[in-house]
Amino acid sequence: MSAILEARSLNKSFGAVTAAADIDVAVQRDSVVGLIGSNGAGKTTFINMVTGYLTPTSGSIHYEGREITGMAPREITRLGICRSFQIPQLFNTLSVRENLEIGVSIAARSARATGAQDEAVEIEALIERFNLSGYHSQLAGLLPEGVRKLLDIGMALAGRPNLLLLDEPTSGVSADEKFRLMDMVMSALKAQGVTVLFVEHDMEIVARYTHRILAFYEGRIIADGEPDAVLNDAEVRRHVIGEALHLHQREAGHG
Amino acid sequence: MNQVLAILIDGIIYASWLFIIAVGLTLIYGVMKILNVAHGSLYALGAYAATAFGGWWLVHGYPPLGSYGMLLLAAIVVGLVAGPLIERGLLRLVYGKEEVVLVLVTYAVFLILEDLTKLAFGVDPLSIPEPYGLLGSIEFGDLIYPTYSLMVVLVSIVAGVGLALALNRTRQGKILQAVIHDREMAAAAGINVSRVYLVTFTIGTAFAALGGALTAPTISVQPGIAAEVIVLAFAVVVIGGLGSLGGAALGAAIVGIVRAWAVHKWPEVELFSVYAVMAAVLIMRPKGLFAVPEARKI
Amino acid sequence: MTPPHRGALRQGARAHWLRERTPQILIATLVVLLVAGPFLPKWAMFMLNVSLSWGTVVLGMMLLMRTGLVSFGQGLYYCLGAYAAGVLYAKLGVADIAVMLLASVAVSGAVAGVLGLLLAKYRDIFFAMLSLAFSMILFGLLVKTSELGSTDGFGLSVASLAGIPLTAGWARYAVFATAVCVAFCSALGMQRYLSSHTGRLAGAIRDNELRVEYMGASVRRVIHVNYVISASLAGLGGGLVGITIGHVDPEMAFWTTSGEFVFIAILSGTGSVLAPFLGAIVFETVRSFAYEYSPNTWQLVLGITMLLVILFLPGGLWSVFTRWRKAA
Repeated sequence: MSAILEARSLNKSFGAVTAAADIDVAVQRDSVVGLIGSNGAGKTTFINMVTGYLTPTSGSIHYEGREITGMAPREITRLGICRSFQIPQLFNTLSVRENLEIGVSIAARSARATGAQDEAVEIEALIERFNLSGYHSQLAGLLPEGVRKLLDIGMALAGRPNLLLLDEPTSGVSADEKFRLMDMVMSALKAQGVTVLFVEHDMEIVARYTHRILAFYEGRIIADGEPDAVLNDAEVRRHVIGEALHLHQREAGHG
Repeated sequence: MNQVLAILIDGIIYASWLFIIAVGLTLIYGVMKILNVAHGSLYALGAYAATAFGGWWLVHGYPPLGSYGMLLLAAIVVGLVAGPLIERGLLRLVYGKEEVVLVLVTYAVFLILEDLTKLAFGVDPLSIPEPYGLLGSIEFGDLIYPTYSLMVVLVSIVAGVGLALALNRTRQGKILQAVIHDREMAAAAGINVSRVYLVTFTIGTAFAALGGALTAPTISVQPGIAAEVIVLAFAVVVIGGLGSLGGAALGAAIVGIVRAWAVHKWPEVELFSVYAVMAAVLIMRPKGLFAVPEARKI
Repeated sequence: MTPPHRGALRQGARAHWLRERTPQILIATLVVLLVAGPFLPKWAMFMLNVSLSWGTVVLGMMLLMRTGLVSFGQGLYYCLGAYAAGVLYAKLGVADIAVMLLASVAVSGAVAGVLGLLLAKYRDIFFAMLSLAFSMILFGLLVKTSELGSTDGFGLSVASLAGIPLTAGWARYAVFATAVCVAFCSALGMQRYLSSHTGRLAGAIRDNELRVEYMGASVRRVIHVNYVISASLAGLGGGLVGITIGHVDPEMAFWTTSGEFVFIAILSGTGSVLAPFLGAIVFETVRSFAYEYSPNTWQLVLGITMLLVILFLPGGLWSVFTRWRKAA
């Protein structure tokens, strides 16, 4: 199984500040990878570099064997990498349906467009999967936060990605809603065969939904492996989780 | 050599007058984020008021030198009356709307003031030339300039330095700067932003009116001067950087000298030269030469 | 979370109905105007003519506003369009309406094609200022160009329409009919465009450029295209006005002219392609009568109206026609 995404010796500094140092990672197709780390540890910087928002100071990024370092976000999206945002980026004066229409419409016109899939059907499918039927004619700007998050992820999915990057998908969502949101997202993704990387602060979510975790600290990856191993790693506990936090790993059952 | 000197002096005279007007505009934008189209109208009001006050003074046979005091008084009166009236009466209602909408509101005020001025002062050109010639003239080699013009240069320098000192050395000035840099933070720190707005707009208005009052003796005051001035003031402020005092000075100097050069060397491009420079600066430095960095909201 | 802009609340059923019926409304209006044309009093035909021409300019502005941009320099293209027609007449002896208008569109479109490359990088106040600067540059150039009449400008007249010669009596109607047809085609074309893929991107860009880029579309390209379209419409309007009035002058590029276009655009709102024409007609009517009644207060009336619209009708006049309801 070849790696869908490869980062080689990635570095990013802003003047004297090192946001990312020596990042070497290969992500396998169809895997679900969690990125954890305290604020400023380098997770979002990594995502920003992969999606073209930032250009690495040195190193390279490869997607499906092709180098994408320094490409514009627009081009990277067209290649099949989509993302969601920490603060949902939506078209606030358009309805939920209209938001997805735009997303699907743009994707349909990209070079990657695979045949005449009916746009309307795609939009319906997205609305279904993310449980947005009740909101479909509401203005995005007036939706409850959890729904906005779902729509943001839905928009990313509308881009027909092979690789999906989610930036804190459950932040700002109430505790009881988090699992429901992730269940919905994961089943939607499974239906499409998408590789997922997501940034999370909630360790329960990460433990439950990922095959693999990358732990960031001060711009470096300090741990990389299966959730059990990483979440119990001493360094990770010290710098990311904190000794005080008691971890309920498998209590709710493996997702 | 003579021509270079002439261009320089002409340029500086023109620049000083522009600066007085532009400084108010840039201050208002810096603090309130409003591009005040009506600024030109307040300039015109200042000019008209100066004609009225000065004319009254001279007609009554008071000492002619006192007419300068009348010009100043006219500016102050317009500032203290029109400023708060517009700010409290209208702008208050529209704060919070998008920047472009605010521009349209001030554009509406410009339209309204155009006609109100016509109604108040009539459409015939007015003039008050006495103060212009009163101080005689000064010679630089074979170049002769009215002393009045050089007095205006002095006034603008005093105004500029005064404002700079006020902004940097006084408490009120620092409060203003805080609001310029980050309105929300300033409010969170307990600053009465509403009052700062009122004060800023009044001061800005007074400066516009001062520009008009000082110009009145040198021109024929008539409808239309507001529309001409406002674009020039925009050009100066945009070149120098919206919200920057030093930028207004630099912008005024650039516009003044470019125009003087055009007038002497290539009169055909006089009008267009100013806007060409404005476009050129906008292209190279989109935010102007000395733009005030805005706190980025992520 | 940013609340949606005031003027963009969910449209009610009536708005949707109007949108569906727009082509029929346009056709009906076209027929009525063309048929009634010859019977209209001169002043009415003139006013309608100018209104429809201005409406075309404002239609272009509406497209830009839907993309999130307010141009304070449409006068540049309005004036270019007028002078293109004028120069054809004065320097090349061309007196054909169709040829003149083609030149208007071509010149405006070409200049916009170039300037648009630059302007597409700017937003908000800076976009407004730069567009204003360019229009004032043209103003400054024209004022000092004696071959084109300087501040006085010069006159033009027409003698044929697409090769068909026009007798004196019919010339006026021909210009009127052309204006009506131009307005009709522009409105219909704009409605089609706005419901196309690129057309829908305009609103998305206004709402969130970042998201548009991250979906894979080029914001710069869409803005550039929309800028060229709006400039061409402005040029078309300018050519029509020049022909109608029989005169062109630099004032067409002065910032106050652009300001009036902006005013009408705000007054009309962006709710429908019919709105700019309605707004222009209202504007022209009010202005003509206000000016007749008291030449020194029409700007006062305009200014107060603008303030009232901004304060109480953020969606423009058009929102009076459509029922707006807030989303639950």
